[in-house]
Amino acid sequence: MVAPVAPTTQTNRAGLTRMDYKGLPSTLCQGCGHNSIANQLIAACYEMDIVPEEIMKFSGIGCSSKSPAYFLNRSFGFNGLHGRMPSLATGALFADKSLRAIGVSGDGDSASIGMGQFKHLVRRNAPMVYIVENNGVYGLTKGQFSATAEIGLELKHQGKNLYMPVDICMEAIASSATFVARSFAGDPKQVKELLKAALSHRGIAVLDIVSPCVTFNNEVNTFHSYTWGKDHEAPLHEISFVPALDDITVEDFEAGTTREVTMHDGSVVLLKKLEKDYDPTNRVEALRMMEKAQRKNWMVTGLIYLETDRPALTDLYNLPATPLNRLGEADLRPPRATLDKINKDMG
Amino acid sequence: MSSIINDFSLTIATVNGSGSQTANTVLLRALFKMGIPVSGKNLFPSNIQGLPTWYTIRVSKDGFVARRDEDEVVVCINLASFDRDLARVQPGGAFFYADDIKLPISRTDISLYPMPVKKLSGEADVSPKLRDYIANMVYVGVVAQMLCIDLAKIRQALDFHFGGKAKAVDSNFATVKAGADWAAANLIKSDPYCVEPMDKTSGLIMTDGNTAAALGTIFGGVQFVAWYPITPASSLAETMNEYLPKLRKNSEGKNTYAVVQAEDELAAIGMTIGAGWGGLRAMTSTSGPGLSLMTEYVGLAYYAEVPVVIWDVQRIGPSTGLPTRTSQSDLSFTYFMGHGDTNQVILLPGSVNECFEFGWRAFDLAERLQTPIFVLIDLDFGMNQWMTEPFTYPEQPPDRGKVLWEADLEKSNGIWARYKDVDGDAIPYRTLPGNKHPASAWFGRGTGHDANARYSEDAKTWEANMSRLRRKYDTARTLVPKPVIDKVEGAEIGIITYGSTVPAAEEAQVLLQQAGGPKSSLLRLRALPGTEEVHEFVKSHQRVYVVEANRDGQLRQILSVEMPDQASKLASACHSDGLPLTARWVKEAILKQEVK
Repeated sequence: MVAPVAPTTQTNRAGLTRMDYKGLPSTLCQGCGHNSIANQLIAACYEMDIVPEEIMKFSGIGCSSKSPAYFLNRSFGFNGLHGRMPSLATGALFADKSLRAIGVSGDGDSASIGMGQFKHLVRRNAPMVYIVENNGVYGLTKGQFSATAEIGLELKHQGKNLYMPVDICMEAIASSATFVARSFAGDPKQVKELLKAALSHRGIAVLDIVSPCVTFNNEVNTFHSYTWGKDHEAPLHEISFVPALDDITVEDFEAGTTREVTMHDGSVVLLKKLEKDYDPTNRVEALRMMEKAQRKNWMVTGLIYLETDRPALTDLYNLPATPLNRLGEADLRPPRATLDKINKDMG
Repeated sequence: MSSIINDFSLTIATVNGSGSQTANTVLLRALFKMGIPVSGKNLFPSNIQGLPTWYTIRVSKDGFVARRDEDEVVVCINLASFDRDLARVQPGGAFFYADDIKLPISRTDISLYPMPVKKLSGEADVSPKLRDYIANMVYVGVVAQMLCIDLAKIRQALDFHFGGKAKAVDSNFATVKAGADWAAANLIKSDPYCVEPMDKTSGLIMTDGNTAAALGTIFGGVQFVAWYPITPASSLAETMNEYLPKLRKNSEGKNTYAVVQAEDELAAIGMTIGAGWGGLRAMTSTSGPGLSLMTEYVGLAYYAEVPVVIWDVQRIGPSTGLPTRTSQSDLSFTYFMGHGDTNQVILLPGSVNECFEFGWRAFDLAERLQTPIFVLIDLDFGMNQWMTEPFTYPEQPPDRGKVLWEADLEKSNGIWARYKDVDGDAIPYRTLPGNKHPASAWFGRGTGHDANARYSEDAKTWEANMSRLRRKYDTARTLVPKPVIDKVEGAEIGIITYGSTVPAAEEAQVLLQQAGGPKSSLLRLRALPGTEEVHEFVKSHQRVYVVEANRDGQLRQILSVEMPDQASKLASACHSDGLPLTARWVKEAILKQEVK
């Protein structure tokens, strides 16, 4: 509804201020990684000129799932059941397929009770950003192991974790995800750029963001802690997002140092090579890289996998341009003569 | 010997998976097309191929369509059930059997008709692959000849079954004809059972409840379906998949609906609720085990006030065992479904025609009341063929309930509250995603919200919300379909029944009188919560029997809670063995209690 306007210092191209993207004050712990992610979501949407009413927010249950209340107050939202946000979002996506959707889940919500729904959401390529705020622990129930906790992790009151962790990104790729990224809440710049890329993707965009729990799982030398992330984060590339509206001058970059990926809406993700070149469009390479990272205990971050030519769920249904939720009787009720014919055939 | 015309039961014993369903429904439809009131029930095992299965057809000049336990005519093609089938023929009845079954027959009180099924089907001009299927047409022909079923009507029924495909109709009919000709030349009729044309089915249609339900939802404007395969509900969604592409494209050839086969019922209901929240006419169809899985999300939909429609085609029990057997035993579970304080609204179609009507009506109620609406039928309604009145086109436009769009919010300067009772009916207003007004958005959650849908743990706020939900249920009581009452002058007792048990209860009224029992009035319940009329009906009778197909008398229990002042008058005639109730059982269950 808001016509694009020239951005001023206070407003973006949608004519909105940063305040228009805020949520309620967070009730999560001071220093929680989830708050940092919520702030980057606000920044990403503001900078991308997204109208908040054109976003739907979804979550399941857990600390992470509380966070949709802390960003985009002007967006519709639904806090569903534990592990079952994917199905809720799947149905809602059909209401108005022009809307974008952001789901916020956690490692408990997605990797345990919600593993089935998560993987089916992914295989259907539902058009939404699916963020897993991953801290290896159940926060809201006070510090039990989650399914992403590393083997051998010791937690107060819980003892030692005996089982292998679930890797969200590998699960996503195994389920034919079309956008898979990992990041670290302690690296807000990368989080924001990946969020922008994810919001430009038409299909499922899985973001596994290591988001430390400062209360229950932040000991030095544990995988999901701030210190481990700061010391061991191994970015695949330096990522920057260039919106479709901006001119890209690749000449700005030294030849051979950058990969360019064009998203559905014409925006471009620039991936600046670091030590090694990494091709995020190669599925086998992605799995091989993650397998290696898992063995070496690296926290590899960046855009791990991207596929832009597979249709999104709601594009498979031959739906009209008018949102389904605005159709009226004329479109929804077949005429009387049709029923007369059916009755005749059954007589 | 005088003939017994249009008044007997015929049961056909075959092997599951042998294609006999076609033959049996062709016989049923041919009788229907002869104008004779008829009903057919498939009594089948949970098995794809090999176990014994029975199909029972009741022919009734008086129009009774309930199942009977007694069989005057039995057709046996299955060696494995031969002895049982032979034993079940009523004295004086007829027993048709495949002549390759070489078992001893000791009965002399019935007519025996061996049939050369193998020989005649071997002569049929079809591929070997189809030979087993076409073998069933031999018994159709023999039985038609011996019971005087019009072969022209058999041909019409084949035409219906094969959708007019001439080749299939011709080859099947040729075998029917061969069977009939053989019987005319080789068998001498010695039993009294036969049929004659009547005019009692003109204007009626014949179909099953799942088909009627699917069509009803389509004419109700269903926009989103999520489902997971389960017996006996699968054919409901499958029939939607069959008809939706034909009936629900807009002028540009675009679909005005979406159907998703979910990964399980947990997801099916989640998707349905997401779509309902998004403003779509959303539904799922399932049976008891699936309903169990849906419980938590249904609770959330009740608390968050999301309109959805849930069809439950009831069957017996969890896990393996009796999934192909009928029952009405999900009533209590559904009525209280969800943890915490919940009251669910349940529609109970009492005919296949009403399955269609409640198909569209359920959406109107769901969107008006912003709550889950359950429609409970069962395997007997869902999967069996019934004669019924033609489907009636909805006489009112769809009721989309209280939805505020951009123009509404502009008028109110953006002032509205998601969970506020503005109109005194306890039903609030809602906005839908995609509404671009800056004040339109709200955040849905289960517990812990105030009238503005803001997070709140305030005790008084929550209690006020819960009491509004209770009042909303009182509003539902005024909006659900009223019962259909057959008030008989001077009736000593009342009978309350619902769903597929109605035909047995209605026939039992007649049997009671014939047996010198009491005169009765009958109330056919069509929804819960019960309306004032139900209370009045109970009040106006000395004793009221609640007739239903479950072990515990679930409706009687619910009515006792709804009208504690009348509870002592309510008695149960309930029974659940996996088969549709018979009128004789109902009569005896009532008489036994009347003697006390």
